[in-house]
Amino acid sequence: MTAPALRRSATHPFWQAVGILVIAYIVVVWVVPLLPGSAIVPKSVVLQYMVTVLVGVLIYVSDNEERWARFKEPIEAVLAEPRLRVVRAVLLVVVTALVGLVAYGQVATTVAAPPNLRSIHPAPPAEITFRGRSITLTGLENPLRAHPESLALYLAEGKGVYYRNCLPCHGDHLDGQGHFASGFNPLPANFQDNGTIAQLTESFVFWRVAKGGPGLPREGTPWNSAMPKWEDFLTEREIWSVILFLYDQTGWTPRTWEKTGTGDGGRGTGHD
Amino acid sequence: MTDGALLLQAAADSTRAYGEFPVIGARAFIWITAEVHLMFAAFVLGVPMFAVVTEAIGIFGGDERYDRLSKEFTRLLLVAYSATAIWGAMLVFGLSTLYPRFWAYLTAIFAPSMWAYAALFLVESFTLYLYYYGWDRWKKGRAKLGHWTLGILLNLWGTIVMFIANSWLTYMMSPPRDITPTTDPTTIKLWHAIANATWMPINVHRVIANVVFGGAIVGAYASYRFLAAQSDEERAHYDWMGYVGNFIAMSALIVLPFAGYWLGREIYQYDQSMGITMMGGFMSWLWVIQAFLIAVLFLTGNYYLWIGMGRIPGAERFRPYTKYLLIVLVLGAIVWGTPHTMIADSKELAAMGGSHHPFLGALGVMSAKNTAVNLMILTTFLSFLLYRRANTRPVVPWARGGTIIQGAMFALAAGVVLFYGIRGYFVEAIVRIGFSVYQVLAVLSCIVFVTVIDVLMARGAQSLGTIQWGKMPPRSQYALFILAVTFTWLMGLMGFARSGIRQYWHVWQVMQDTSKYAATPALGYASKMISLCVLIFLTLVAFVFWLGGLAEKSTFVASGERQGGGRHVGH
Repeated sequence: MTAPALRRSATHPFWQAVGILVIAYIVVVWVVPLLPGSAIVPKSVVLQYMVTVLVGVLIYVSDNEERWARFKEPIEAVLAEPRLRVVRAVLLVVVTALVGLVAYGQVATTVAAPPNLRSIHPAPPAEITFRGRSITLTGLENPLRAHPESLALYLAEGKGVYYRNCLPCHGDHLDGQGHFASGFNPLPANFQDNGTIAQLTESFVFWRVAKGGPGLPREGTPWNSAMPKWEDFLTEREIWSVILFLYDQTGWTPRTWEKTGTGDGGRGTGHD
Repeated sequence: MTDGALLLQAAADSTRAYGEFPVIGARAFIWITAEVHLMFAAFVLGVPMFAVVTEAIGIFGGDERYDRLSKEFTRLLLVAYSATAIWGAMLVFGLSTLYPRFWAYLTAIFAPSMWAYAALFLVESFTLYLYYYGWDRWKKGRAKLGHWTLGILLNLWGTIVMFIANSWLTYMMSPPRDITPTTDPTTIKLWHAIANATWMPINVHRVIANVVFGGAIVGAYASYRFLAAQSDEERAHYDWMGYVGNFIAMSALIVLPFAGYWLGREIYQYDQSMGITMMGGFMSWLWVIQAFLIAVLFLTGNYYLWIGMGRIPGAERFRPYTKYLLIVLVLGAIVWGTPHTMIADSKELAAMGGSHHPFLGALGVMSAKNTAVNLMILTTFLSFLLYRRANTRPVVPWARGGTIIQGAMFALAAGVVLFYGIRGYFVEAIVRIGFSVYQVLAVLSCIVFVTVIDVLMARGAQSLGTIQWGKMPPRSQYALFILAVTFTWLMGLMGFARSGIRQYWHVWQVMQDTSKYAATPALGYASKMISLCVLIFLTLVAFVFWLGGLAEKSTFVASGERQGGGRHVGH
């Protein structure tokens, strides 16, 4: 293609639209995974982004009469002009084949497990029973933090609890990459991620550790969590100490409760 | 609730607590009747708000077109009122025959308010008849003001009726904490039950949403009549009507998210579990769909304005900038729609190390979402401003300085939004929640101050030509249809989220649903039911629109009949 022809194409709305879609696809599928610490973008998100960009492109080409008329020119030409008979035939074959391929891809059986639409934030109850004793979770703080002079002791205790019980799944780095991790779906929680304990109050973490997978709420099932119900194996103090250790080791600060000014100790709002 | 109390309740249920409806089942019957009734109720509350405002503009601005527009809509209301009442009756019969125990419980608490509701509905209906049939009789002077007062009363009765109904459904959601499963409903004080935690937030949210809905329905009606118009003059009238509808809908939409945020906050305050189920738990996917639909609203509303610039002489000065606004809106939509927990197959999950994307996951949290939506609101406001200014040139001596100040205000507001959006990643959650207030205040202040400057600057402005109403391509009218359909869909969707978070409770933690339909429906099933309700409603509304055209010929006023024929909306 000659330079003037290229320039003409670059200013033509139809080719601009095609160009934007191609660039967006390249950015989402290939550039984003190359960024430091990034990973591949799931197909569901790629589709979502591309639909949004497509809507934007269609708005761009049609919000102006002149641009809209120019945008339609090549489409109308391909559909009607005798000189483009070959292009028309090729397009007919390509589009049909593409639709067939997509349909095949949708219905073909594979060995992979289907994508899982799973909610990650189970709603905690206001109150739980721990070995028969009622504990109110709303407004609850880690009781060990009330003794700052003994924190080092509790941390050492929590570290011991972690390495004896949690390590195989949650890993040496607390990143969910323990020896057994690859055997689980969903993967064990990655405490280093800013989307797990960093977003939660310690009372929420206490509930999750104490009740494990079997204690997850009825809504949102199946959770498929392999997390044991640790209240059967650990004492209340051991659980609080391991929670101290998780926050200390990762550097995250637990979410605090919002003060409502009513003197009831406040309630958490739980927003992200 | 204790196990013992549950057992007692289950035993009580054996004495005809639930009925059954043929084929579709009891729950689906209640779902459809309640939803379609609510949509019609929003129609008959939203459109009178629109009608009374346009009538006032007609009276005080001296432009007869507004008066005729107002009357045309009141005519549609007559049929819509009947539809509301019919669907309401179906709902009440459904509740009393299919959920008799629950209905008896509600009536034990709310009976006096139900009588007041019926009485007010009667008064409201007769006010509407007077308002419509008295239109041509009370046309001039004081009589006209009296007629307008009837319009205000119509809105007042309607709003009180809505507030009463809201108290019943909010009680089901957030009954006062001192009420337990063993509380005898006849001992509960009426006002105590009415003034529950979510009553006022829902009242405010629904009033604003009704204005949005009224505007959107007006826009859809106008687009229907535009596409069916036979003459240029008729097209011009309905083009203008569509613009007014869209303007009102979009203006109210800008403040709606703030009311929604308040409601969400009250739900969290009332019960954290309920809040997390709604926003972070199994209902969180509804919010991704909601983000999509609201992005559609913003994009479509702006698109309509940008196409509309084609009929305004002088707008060509601003058209090159719309593509930058579009880029902000598309990026905003992408950020807003990015889920925190992504749908991924096992290979993708392993690569990401979980269902949070290590890079894009940062866009899935509140800081990013609030920043995106605030920037989208600012962008939409800027679109309106450009549209408003398109065919004028300010002549006040401080025009240049004023425009620079306006630009600086936009930059400042955007800067504040971005600053707190980014800063939100580096502070703990409790501080981050407070940041959204600063972002909202920055945007609202910008909107208020820039509008004041703009109104002052428009004084005596030089006109670059009149708007060529009617010179709109048909696709612009489909944009108005999309707005109305999307609003209706959103109502159904978010209504399900609000109601569904009660899960298996008729009244949250007070009265359990022990019927076979107690399980909260899966999102796929819910989406189909919501879409079905939207389809039923829109089909009936299409019929009402058709009747509107059948009963009388259209009310557009030929240019010779107009008073102040050169006037144009928004200029």
